Amino acid sequence: MYLSINWLQDFIPQEIPVQDLADRLTMSGIEVEEIIRTGSEWDNVVVGEILEITRHPNAEKLQLAKVTTGEKILPIVCGAPNIAVGQHIALAVEGAQLPGGMTIKKSKIRGEISEGMICSEPELGLGEDHSGIMVLPPDAPLGMPLARYLKLSDTIFNLGITPNRADCLSVVGLAREIAALFGIPLQLPQYRLEETGDAIDTRVAVEIADADLCPRYTARLVTGLTVKPSPLWMQRRLVNCGIRAINNLVDITNYILLEWGQPLHAFDYSFIQDGKIIVRRAARGEKFTTLDAIARELPDNALMICDGRRPVAIAGIMGGENSGILPATDTVLIESAYFTPHSIARTSRALNLKTEASLRFEKGIDINGVLPSLHRAAQLMAEFGCGKIARGCIDAYPAKLAPPRPVRLSVKKTNAVTGLSLSQQDVTSVLERLHMATQAPDADTLLATAPSFRYDLNEPIDLIEEIARLTGYDHIPVTYPRAALSGNTKNRNLKLAGIIRDMMIARGFFEVINYSFCGPEHIAGMRFAGEDARSTPLPILNPLASSQSVMRTSIVPSLLLNLQENLNNKSSAIKLFELSRVFIQQSGSPQPQEPRRLAGLMAGMQQGEGWNLQNAMVDFYDIKAAVESLLQMLRIRDTRFLQDGREPFLHPHKMLSIYAGDHCIGCLGEVHPDVLEHFDVKVPAYVFELDVDQLAKLWSDAVSFAPFSRQPAILRDIALIVDDTVPAEKFFSAVAGFKNKLLTDMKIFDSFRGGTIQPGKKSLAFRVKFQSNDRTLTDAEVNKIHDRLVAHLVQATGAELRQ
Amino acid sequence: MEETLNKIRDASISDLHNAASESDIYQVKSKYIGRSGSLTQLIKNLITIPAEQRAVVGKLANEIKKSIESGVEDALKASRERKKQQDMGRVDIDVTLPGRCLPLGRRHPVTQVTDEIVAVFTELGFQMVEGPEIELDFFNFEALNIPKDHPARDMHDTFYISPEVLLRTHTSPVQIRTMQQTRPPLRIICPGKVYRCDSDVSHTPMFHQIEGLMVDEGISFGDLKGLLTLFIHRIFDEKTSLRFRPSFFPFTEPSAEVDIRCVICRGKGCRVCKGTGWLEILGCGMVQPAVFRNVGYDPETTTGFAFGLGVERVTMLKYGINDIRLFFENDLRFLSQF
Repeated sequence: MYLSINWLQDFIPQEIPVQDLADRLTMSGIEVEEIIRTGSEWDNVVVGEILEITRHPNAEKLQLAKVTTGEKILPIVCGAPNIAVGQHIALAVEGAQLPGGMTIKKSKIRGEISEGMICSEPELGLGEDHSGIMVLPPDAPLGMPLARYLKLSDTIFNLGITPNRADCLSVVGLAREIAALFGIPLQLPQYRLEETGDAIDTRVAVEIADADLCPRYTARLVTGLTVKPSPLWMQRRLVNCGIRAINNLVDITNYILLEWGQPLHAFDYSFIQDGKIIVRRAARGEKFTTLDAIARELPDNALMICDGRRPVAIAGIMGGENSGILPATDTVLIESAYFTPHSIARTSRALNLKTEASLRFEKGIDINGVLPSLHRAAQLMAEFGCGKIARGCIDAYPAKLAPPRPVRLSVKKTNAVTGLSLSQQDVTSVLERLHMATQAPDADTLLATAPSFRYDLNEPIDLIEEIARLTGYDHIPVTYPRAALSGNTKNRNLKLAGIIRDMMIARGFFEVINYSFCGPEHIAGMRFAGEDARSTPLPILNPLASSQSVMRTSIVPSLLLNLQENLNNKSSAIKLFELSRVFIQQSGSPQPQEPRRLAGLMAGMQQGEGWNLQNAMVDFYDIKAAVESLLQMLRIRDTRFLQDGREPFLHPHKMLSIYAGDHCIGCLGEVHPDVLEHFDVKVPAYVFELDVDQLAKLWSDAVSFAPFSRQPAILRDIALIVDDTVPAEKFFSAVAGFKNKLLTDMKIFDSFRGGTIQPGKKSLAFRVKFQSNDRTLTDAEVNKIHDRLVAHLVQATGAELRQ
Repeated sequence: MEETLNKIRDASISDLHNAASESDIYQVKSKYIGRSGSLTQLIKNLITIPAEQRAVVGKLANEIKKSIESGVEDALKASRERKKQQDMGRVDIDVTLPGRCLPLGRRHPVTQVTDEIVAVFTELGFQMVEGPEIELDFFNFEALNIPKDHPARDMHDTFYISPEVLLRTHTSPVQIRTMQQTRPPLRIICPGKVYRCDSDVSHTPMFHQIEGLMVDEGISFGDLKGLLTLFIHRIFDEKTSLRFRPSFFPFTEPSAEVDIRCVICRGKGCRVCKGTGWLEILGCGMVQPAVFRNVGYDPETTTGFAFGLGVERVTMLKYGINDIRLFFENDLRFLSQF
């Protein structure tokens, strides 16, 4: 909402410094978002009078004028045909930079000195009349800056009006608020209405069919009008408040809208068939063309203004193409009505059509302001359109709104909620500044009745807020809440997330956060099977873009998109992780499941470039290590990695499913080549995805100490040759089956093919550890166990001992 | 005999003097006092000399042996010291090369600031609570005193899944869910993702909010001012001044926006604060009695306050980030800076 300070001064005679006004408004809840000063574009343009005109000696189409500014007489070369001695004109002198784009300097034009320019409307940016210079009224004071004379200079506040303060969507509403804030008088204009035309009832009849949506409809008729531009000052005020000037009649309706917050509509009476206005709901499927020439299908329950035969406007939103003001219009029916807010809101939303009118109706207007606005509009039209106001006005008011109820306010409660310490008298005086009628039945209670324009004040808390606001939040003392101590702030999820993030960043992963939505193509690219719930993401009805139109069912596609972007940016080592929710549809519930997932991705080099790093590329074992160390960090021990090839977005032979008991809690592996292709990634990528809700059940921060052996350990190595296809896992399960309590550990420390190893075979080397809790072992006893172990492994795995 | 001994002593001294390396010194040692060294041999042969001379010669021989031993020790020490000095003087590494690093990752800046904020409140006894991101209209709007067609719905550009199911536009529904399940007193802090259909330099369709709620008997707006002042001082610094400006939210009344002195220009006025010297940082207010009624609390006896802030906005101010979209581009050149 733009507020013109010039305009405001029509109602607040007392001058308030602009910055003080802005600060006070902001600190009372009407935020001044911007202060715009207008009028500087007419600096160095003053009122002048033409004293003398002579022919230019060297140019047929030019004349020489002597122009006085009251102080000085300046020679001006002018080419306009309509100049005449005695005219008061707008003279741009040296230094002026005109809105039309011209900069004025002293110059010689065809040999004659010219110290300025006599301006036309377009040159001043004040109109479209190209026929010659702009002639000012003869009483325009010489030498006065044009901007001041035409009231072009103004200060405009761009205000943020909160939805509860629709009463401030007008100059008068803001003037009331400002008068209350500063405790200064408000002066509303008196106007006289001369009804010189025929009685309105003979020409117009109004019928309200749906009074629930239109409690009040008033109208006036103005005849004999001439459509022309509205006065310049009115145009300036409209333009400064962001509304285009069109013609006197339309401008007046907009002027009243801005001044009183009452949207009006002006119909060309000649198009109103049968002289009838019928206010009714739209018929199902009814179509209507609004004055912006768009044919619209009307939603159910849209309220329509109709004449005897057809709709002529969508009530409170926009008029129709069939009945608007035209250059030839001479009789206008002015509508000033109150429409039910939620009805306008619903229709406006359904049509996706917001106008200055709908904005105000849907928040509510002052039902008692309907008539004064109507009268004022009629008066202005008669004045600036040379028309006659028909006698009387129509005021159809079938559904009287209940008058405001008094609100019972406790002073004690007011102080308790705010933290202020006000007396009953303090409270009363604040309420009175807000035009509230108050009564004090006892020492604590006030019965306060709001004026009709403050329909937002219905409950005690509404008044408490007003009291706090007008007293100033700054005056509320700072205190600290008292509460019982509570140790109930431990949150295991928070702690788990902390451990996971610490672990991931320690391993070089950067945390990313992606939108929870992605494109359906990103999910499709994951190769999920049709029966997998992840293949059917939840769609958003009104997405901003197709690439953000479904709720993601996995974090992996987001990470692949991040990978692709970062590869484009020439990153060489990419390790990313994200801990977020995914959204899985569930039948029988309107809301999806929102399991938390942790996903990690690695691609490119293991460690980035470094002079002393092996420039190795990441591979399967890096992603596996990331998961292993995470599980280890979380003390989740009973997990199994299964080669079941079940994740379709992973390479079928380079993936593992991770199980805890019977639950699959995640997967890891190399991304399937088809998936990489889909995401346009040209390097191998390794990912894991874990179900954090499962981890939350499994992890433990409980530790119990186990005594360790202080006896020396004996290490032995075993090298075995085995078929290439035999997994290392087989040896570990074999050793698990070898029960000997002195054998305490077995690690694999080498795996290789080629060299002296026969093709189709590989060599695996293990280091085993023997240790007793209570004594030093002898070589002889260790040798005996070791030999048995080797024999056991050979037998269990089909390996042979490497010689 | 004595003469021979003296010769041995002189010779050993000069040999030790000439010994350049550690092994030279050991050679000298074995030449004289090794198993078959000349002095050792001579001492073995003492038995052959007359008994009356033996004591004198023997004593001398022992003295010489000791002096050779200590001479050898000293020479070894000196030689080792020389070698150490020599080694230390030799420069075989370039200390200006960077260390061998295992690159660290980073938490996302939004996570860092969320954790920081949540920690401030959990220290004050607020419990962290979470709720669903896909919400029912009831929890996101209706129960928060925003009925259908309420103009305040325009403040929220909502993504819908169906007419009754939506992506939550704020973390406030967590308040409702918690209050429905808990009796006062209550202190909770609710971080999480929220969604609005909006996208430009200062808006993204998803962002993070943190909502706080304290409900008890006798909580006042003054208490809200106190708590949030304390919070701002923890997150920015003790000198940050703040102001409470009246505003409107359907679920609080009285409502306020909290502005802090611009952290960029310190209040002088700059582009970030649009010349006002103040930055809007959070919204807050006293819980609307209608909200209490919706969850079955008695608004006559119960009061409380709620506040909510955008984590990205705080993060942008803390770190001087000028475009909110950077948070979700996940460019390593951005992420590695925090």
